[in-house]
Amino acid sequence: MALSGVEIFKLLPKTNCKKCGHPTCLAFAMKLAQRQASLDQCPDVSEEAKKILGDASAPPIRSVTFGSGDLAVKIGEETVLFRHDKKFVNPCALAVEIKDTLSEVEITKKIEEVLASEIDRVGQKLRIDAIALTNTSGDKGKFESAANLIASKAPNVPVILSTTDPASAEAAVKLFAGKKPIICGANSSNTEAMANIAKTEKATLGVVANNLDELSTLTEKIKSLGVEDMVIDSGAKKAKEMLGNNTMIRRAALKKNFKPFGYPVINFAQRDDSLHEALIASVGITKYSSIIVVSSIEKWKNLALFTLRQNIYTDPQVPMQVEQKIYKIGEATPDSPLTITTNFSLTYFIVSGEIENSKVPCRLAVMDCEGLSVLTAWAAGKFTASKIAAFIKESGIENEVKHRELIIPGYVAILSGAIEDKLEGWKVTVGPREANGLPAFLKTRNA
Amino acid sequence: MAFTVPKDTYSGKVYNVTIGTGDRAASFGGENVLPFLPFEGTIPNKPLIAYEIQDVPPADWPENVQKPFSSVSGDPVTWAKFCQNTLKANAIALRLIGTHPDRENRSPEDAAKTVKDVLSAINVPLIILGSNHAEKDAPVLIAAAEAAKDKNCILGKAQEANYKTIAAAAMANNHKLIAMSELDINLSKQLNILITQMGFDKERLITDPMCSALGYGLEYTYSVMERIRLAALTQNDLTMQPPMLADVGMYVWKIKETQAPESDVPSWGNAEDRGIAWEATTAAALLMAGAELLIMRHPKAVEALGKLIEELV
Ligand code: B12
Ligand code: SF4
Repeated sequence: MALSGVEIFKLLPKTNCKKCGHPTCLAFAMKLAQRQASLDQCPDVSEEAKKILGDASAPPIRSVTFGSGDLAVKIGEETVLFRHDKKFVNPCALAVEIKDTLSEVEITKKIEEVLASEIDRVGQKLRIDAIALTNTSGDKGKFESAANLIASKAPNVPVILSTTDPASAEAAVKLFAGKKPIICGANSSNTEAMANIAKTEKATLGVVANNLDELSTLTEKIKSLGVEDMVIDSGAKKAKEMLGNNTMIRRAALKKNFKPFGYPVINFAQRDDSLHEALIASVGITKYSSIIVVSSIEKWKNLALFTLRQNIYTDPQVPMQVEQKIYKIGEATPDSPLTITTNFSLTYFIVSGEIENSKVPCRLAVMDCEGLSVLTAWAAGKFTASKIAAFIKESGIENEVKHRELIIPGYVAILSGAIEDKLEGWKVTVGPREANGLPAFLKTRNA
Repeated sequence: MAFTVPKDTYSGKVYNVTIGTGDRAASFGGENVLPFLPFEGTIPNKPLIAYEIQDVPPADWPENVQKPFSSVSGDPVTWAKFCQNTLKANAIALRLIGTHPDRENRSPEDAAKTVKDVLSAINVPLIILGSNHAEKDAPVLIAAAEAAKDKNCILGKAQEANYKTIAAAAMANNHKLIAMSELDINLSKQLNILITQMGFDKERLITDPMCSALGYGLEYTYSVMERIRLAALTQNDLTMQPPMLADVGMYVWKIKETQAPESDVPSWGNAEDRGIAWEATTAAALLMAGAELLIMRHPKAVEALGKLIEELV
């Protein structure tokens, strides 16, 4: 059960020494109660208090990092059921399954697909985050040699070792020492052995149950065996069970502070039909998966799933924004055209992409409108003639370009006269409404 | 620690809406739980997917979604029959895009004739949509509503600027009505209230909070839908209880990801698969947010969504 601020306060040293960065022990206690601080910020807290508070002050869903270095993936730590309440915290990881029954050539091909999966979208680099090696063969030797291949060809990609055989898990996990792999995992017949391996090898343990009751028993037992980092699989196979179980796990963890479910969820979404698989993964992305394992990673599918994940995990209060400045696209010279837009990431990337397509070097002035699109910013009074004029004057662009012509988005054609009035010596040209009209527009102007 | 299922009980319920007539009539909505969570309530109907067709050939659709209809889309009647008989559509959405003043500018009489012809060729329910030109839609939809009298169609879309005439036409001719506002829960609620204040039965409404495509504001539609659904269920807000529409195809098949050839963007993969996946993924996400009625274009995307729904129920 969660403790109140006052209950927590009673357990603190009450010296108000400020070492935790808070003015008083009570202030710190209040932050702990709201889960906005962590107990280890107080260096003087007693062992006894730590024990009592440890559980209560931990985030409702544990943060788990797997893999190491630049490609490490952090999952968990979610605090809400609905994204409109608060930003979803750590985007779910997408992992591709590699079966140990595949030939060396086939495995290598999949590894290469993973390594080449990175796509840039709206300024973020998105990729297949992990490889899930499954012990389909049931054979320890095969599992180990496939693991070896992965460890040598993709040494930096986080891995999930999917086997219920402790000996196979142990053999494979040693190949990823120091890289925080996930062993997936522990079930009711191998619990102790798996827990030991995870502890010794500092791996995260995937807990695989057949239903929610079994899952809660298992995670409690594993925790009592000294394993802290877990990811949990309720055993759901069909989309209906996956959605139902994921929802119950998230609700129980957040609303009831039910500790046995306070871990990131892993879902196995593999299907023969690739498009169907993409939709099962979409259910996972929207509804509470922290790791989704798929069987194939075609480029079109990755793009759709990465984009969905990006959409669902954006901050609902703060639209994605780019920096206010004058961007050069192509080899822009002092004679190149000057265009203007707002700093909503989506707007910026669409417009800059189309300017690139046109192959006409340009300057794109991006004005801070708190991340609103052109029309929204206009309607909200942030993309007005006087603000645009002030921005152009202050930007120093008048020293950079020889001409005095500004191309504005077609949707705000209405602003053209007013901008000319406020921006002495400048001519305003109305561009096309949709950005995809830009290539033709720029090319014909240039001709 | 024993696990007890954290069930929620809701005071509200989404209205159950039936459209069409005879044995192909179809129902959607009616649930008193969040999407596909039957363990704490009842879900009497599956979401309904309508195939989108239009009154003029789809020259403005990208090639990959034109292709499946290339032999039938020259005429709305053949196109509608193809959707019903070959693609096994459970509903059809006829968009009268040709009435738009910037397009073919077809007259309300032309529109009425198209509606009559399509209706006499099919027996699945029909959704009749204007061209989204607030002024022109008023006379077009009045004529269409009369042509479809008593066929229990859905008429749309009524917006703040034109709801009075369109709602009156739907009421006089016994149709259901789509009320569309632009991505704002308060505007959506307000429009539903304005329409019901005219005497229009709220149980005959369908809310369209406005769709957006994956990567192009989907998160706004997604969250507005979730908030509308939560208001309906947890606050028993009667004005938020009509089922929701996701008008997916139109928004998806105009963006770059559904059109750019692979040669332009090699890292995006096969263009045809990508377009289909884009439509299906957008629809799947909106199903999770609470959409009960979907308007879609590509047969493979519709099929994939149908398959997902089967796995979810
Ligand atoms: C999502 C959305 C919102 C989101 C904001 C999202 C965001 N980050 O901007 C929210 C919900 C917060 C919002 C709020 C409001 N919104 Co709003 N919103 C929209 C919506 C649905 C989509 C906007 C969007 O993301 N477009 C996508 C981007 C990429 O488009 P874009 O920036 O315009 O860029 C395109 C073109 O302009 C062009 N382009 C861009 N730059 C350049 C540069 C050059 C040189 C050229 C040539 C072309 C070009 O290319 C791009 C792609 O083709 C539109 C309706 C619509 N369908 O457009 C309404 C809309 C913009 N909103 C509107 C309004 C009125 C508002 C509000 C004032 C009230 C309200 N309805 O809630 C508030 C104001 C916000 C505030 N803070 O006060 C109106 C604007 C009124 C008008 N112009 O007639 C619209 C048109 C809806 C409507 N018809 O009522 N909104
Ligand atoms: S560091 Fe500990 S003892 Fe010092 S003020 Fe903070 S909570 Fe109190």
